[in-house]
Amino acid sequence: MTVRIDNCFETLKLTNKKALITFLTAGDPNYDLSLELIKSLPEAGADIIEIGMPFSDPMADGPAIQASSLRAINSGHKMEKTFEMIESFRKDNSHTPIILMGYFNPIYNYGVDSFIKKIIDIEVDGVIVVDLPPEEDNELCNAIESADLSFIRLVTPTTNADRLNKILQKTSGFLYYVSIAGITGSKRPEINEVETAVQEIKTKTNIPIGVGFGIRTKEDIERVGSFADGVIVGSVLVDIIKNNEHESSVKDKIMKKVREFASAV
Amino acid sequence: MDKLNSYKLGPDQNGRFGIFGGRFVAETLMPLILDLEKSYQQAKKDDSFQSELAYLNKYYTGRPSPLYFAERLTDYLKTAKIYFKRDELNHTGSHKINNCLGQILLAKRMGKTRIIAETGAGQHGVAVATVSARFGLPCVIYMGAKDIERQKPNVFRMKLLGAEVVPVRSGNATLKDAMNEALRDWVANVNDTFYIIGTVAGPHPYPEMVRDFQSIIGKETKEQILDQEGRLPDQLIACIGGGSNAMGLFYPFLDDISVKITGIEAGGMGLQGEKHCASLTAGRPGVLHGNRTYLLQDDEGQIIEGHSISAGLDYPGIGPEHAWLKESGRVEYFAITDSEAVEAFKICTKTEGIIPALEPSHAIAHLINIAPNLSKNDLVVMNLCGRGDKDIFTIAEHLNMEI
Ligand SMILES: Cc1ncc(COP(=O)(O)O)c(C=O)c1O
Repeated sequence: MTVRIDNCFETLKLTNKKALITFLTAGDPNYDLSLELIKSLPEAGADIIEIGMPFSDPMADGPAIQASSLRAINSGHKMEKTFEMIESFRKDNSHTPIILMGYFNPIYNYGVDSFIKKIIDIEVDGVIVVDLPPEEDNELCNAIESADLSFIRLVTPTTNADRLNKILQKTSGFLYYVSIAGITGSKRPEINEVETAVQEIKTKTNIPIGVGFGIRTKEDIERVGSFADGVIVGSVLVDIIKNNEHESSVKDKIMKKVREFASAV
Repeated sequence: MDKLNSYKLGPDQNGRFGIFGGRFVAETLMPLILDLEKSYQQAKKDDSFQSELAYLNKYYTGRPSPLYFAERLTDYLKTAKIYFKRDELNHTGSHKINNCLGQILLAKRMGKTRIIAETGAGQHGVAVATVSARFGLPCVIYMGAKDIERQKPNVFRMKLLGAEVVPVRSGNATLKDAMNEALRDWVANVNDTFYIIGTVAGPHPYPEMVRDFQSIIGKETKEQILDQEGRLPDQLIACIGGGSNAMGLFYPFLDDISVKITGIEAGGMGLQGEKHCASLTAGRPGVLHGNRTYLLQDDEGQIIEGHSISAGLDYPGIGPEHAWLKESGRVEYFAITDSEAVEAFKICTKTEGIIPALEPSHAIAHLINIAPNLSKNDLVVMNLCGRGDKDIFTIAEHLNMEI
């Protein structure tokens, strides 16, 4: 529901806080641990949860998220299991917005209508589909919006003014500003440039703006949080899974990182 | 779509061939792709662009390539009159150069200063490295680590030509992963970089653009067969990896309905299991690398790595125009196994004194299979799109021979 995301940003605004948006891949490194991690995120301070739907060919992602997708796929993860995880999460949490993020093929393969029906049913709030630009709105975006779900758009350093206007006409929930021209987990953003870009977008829209791609430290989060409405972290968390896959401390390490980040927004 | 007047109208303004094709790319790339489309449409109409390309095709590549009557193979098969379109005689040894010259001229025109490409067999990589050397531009070739192992001579050629060859270890370390990696490079180097895609796949406008540059094959063939035989052929046969040599031969004939058109995919070890690359004959529609097309994928929509003895056919997708031509019924597609291709390779080598690449050996194998059903008066053109020097190690291994 779009309203859950709207409420989230409005509530944070009242206390002058920004949203911490965390990304983890569903099923990474396996179903049980992945579910446990996702369930623990809100109490560690995540305001919005992005859940990656694993895909074999994530062309906008760097090595960290590629590897995370493969870990999930190799552990036998399936789309239905992502849905089960969310159902289970929603049993004890009805307020944290959930955003599904991924690539179009697994959704197309599942069937667009069945996918939408299902995510309404399990109370997903929005979707980000990396390889569906506005030119392909007929594929999924239009149906998502009619279903009162958010289709969260990406705006990038290559998006020019014309495109920005087009993108702003059809976006809901929040706008995802991609802070680098590049893939996830690669370069670090030039935060001054990101600020200029975000301020420019803010002259054109009131929709909240989340910033992500390449944000890895508490300091980055503090700075980005000073001008954006949300900060998105992914690769830095996923790397903790990679480096500690066989250790029982994965959860503690991730939650510690999330708490540290939450204190900065 | 039922009342077609022409099979040559695609793609539409959204880059679609029916439901296939499109622009399924990240927002970062979208402005670049629109810019490319605009520049290509201008270049296409520009006489100076076309005449520079024609000049290079003639004097650099050695076009037109001969349309050769394969007399001994014809005698051997005791069947239709078989012609080879000899694109293996091109500079660099395959049809890939036709497309690379077109794209690098466009890159120059757009002021790009760095070239990137993916390659499987290394034929496209060699062609890109060649034109990059010719135009003095630095180039980076992404190649699956596994393909680097099985195509060593081409890796060496690329390096000699000055290209940086980057081994891709992500995913399954073959062509599709090399293409992912090239797309990732492009997203990170948006200002100066031109991505030369090697086949009729990728987001719009690539399928159209690559087809146009390769169509010289079919245009020449049409003139040559009319000149040599006084009539159009009865059948065209070409092998299909991504589908560029096939599109190039087929396109100018699509509206000549008397011409039967046949595309041959890599059947690998047979279509029952997963050890093949027959996306059209054994896959189903999905979205990968910027377009909707037939793909090899599992029940979850995860892309399956195919298998073919020929690295150049080892791609789990296929150009979207082929997907549309299949569904419209205009072109028929079949698969040929590794063993059939090797057998055809041997027959062609011995009867014609031409060592074909393993890719067109698939097309020759189909020709051998259908020979009994053809009539002596039939004219068949097979696209001999590459020479086999690169494949001798693979063949030796397959036949348990030492070099
Ligand atoms: C000689 C040759 N033929 C065919 C192919 C397959 O590509 P396409 O189907 O685009 O012609 C390749 C690819 O490397 C090749 O080297």
